[in-house]
Amino acid sequence: MAARAIELQGLTRRFGDREALSEVSLALDEGQTLVVFGPNGAGKTTLLRVLATLLRPHRGRVRVLGRELPREGWAVRGRIGLLGHASLLYRDLTARENLRFHARLHGVGDDRVDELLGVLGLGGRADDPVHTYSRGMVQRTAVARAVLHDPPLLLLDEPTANLDPQATELVEHLVGPSSGRTRVVTSHDPVGGLRGADLALGLRAGRAELLAPAAEIGREAIGALYA
Amino acid sequence: MTRAVGALLRKELALERRTFQVVPAMALFSLTTLIVFHFALQQDDVEGRLAAGVLTVTLLFSAILGINRLFVADHEEGGFDGFLLAPVDRTAMLVAKALALAGYLLVLEVVAVPAFGLMLLEPALTGGAVLKTVVVLGLADAGIAIVGTLVGAIAIQTRALDLIVPLVGLPLLLPVVIGTAKALAPVFAASGAEALPAKWLVILGLYDLVFGLLSYAVFDYLLED
Repeated sequence: MAARAIELQGLTRRFGDREALSEVSLALDEGQTLVVFGPNGAGKTTLLRVLATLLRPHRGRVRVLGRELPREGWAVRGRIGLLGHASLLYRDLTARENLRFHARLHGVGDDRVDELLGVLGLGGRADDPVHTYSRGMVQRTAVARAVLHDPPLLLLDEPTANLDPQATELVEHLVGPSSGRTRVVTSHDPVGGLRGADLALGLRAGRAELLAPAAEIGREAIGALYA
Repeated sequence: MTRAVGALLRKELALERRTFQVVPAMALFSLTTLIVFHFALQQDDVEGRLAAGVLTVTLLFSAILGINRLFVADHEEGGFDGFLLAPVDRTAMLVAKALALAGYLLVLEVVAVPAFGLMLLEPALTGGAVLKTVVVLGLADAGIAIVGTLVGAIAIQTRALDLIVPLVGLPLLLPVVIGTAKALAPVFAASGAEALPAKWLVILGLYDLVFGLLSYAVFDYLLED
């Protein structure tokens, strides 16, 4: 039986008086994919940031990769790859400089940087500043940054946003279901989102309105979250 | 720790080399301030306590500009989060930022002190006086760099960055202002450079030590949610 990668029991996170996440509970095994649906402001990004150790839970129990958060956050940092709406890149540095910076922080060699730049088709523009890139190129560089240290857990906020079909295919084997990593993916696409997912979570106003195996979820149930 | 500090420092200097957002602004501001002092004081030259005060205030206000910009690039596009996700001691950012700010202050002083000497100071700085000035400013820079990094890290998490840095930073840096001005006054004496007052050097050194330890202790918590 696979070990648990993520366990949430009654996770609550507030911003001021507003509960961005309210009593969310779920369990995800290692190697599985959780897809999170919900309209804007439902709490998807907050959930990813709590799992990434960037936000503290205000109530409830959070275990990630066998460690209790926030107490043991130090032990899981470096084992998580986060791809959020913000690229986490320095706009005035080049892709190569950005990736080498993160590689040094994670103790990864420069050869891994060169490999990823090649795989993601960024080699020709790797020495141009990121602010000169198209949004798709920024997203590909952000994907490279997220998987640079080969993390066992990926937290992906709409990972293929801004990518054309060709670029989507390029990043798919790094962050897609075939990557073999545990994944938490947010999506607004009921068809593409459920592909390769094991568990589906539907959030509305911070509450888990839907939690079921992905194979048992219909498009209508997801559509109801947005109604 | 060393690896992370090296990576952060290298990134910091690459950003400054690419954008020139901090050092030129500080240097130009210091020159403008000296010109303003020249006209506002209605004196062609200054010496002693007045000269020490003018130089100290000019450098401090220019440093505030640098502190304001210190964390801006990290805040944009979530570079801060990228660092927080790395398995490194978070104090590495304090050390790297303080070293970078100290470097910027050094470049500022290479521009501002000779300009001060040319525009306002009489008598001119001789070899011994230059060395004494370097010692005092070195101790002042360490204090400004440590406290500036601490205040910059607090301010960047608020919406009032430009307000928080001077409002919190200037009162915290008052001991540096007093110590630097008191230590430089005899160096700029009209009768020629006198000995450095050991008491004020010790006070500056103690300030650096105390705020260095304090910043080391609290910096991790400042970066936490």
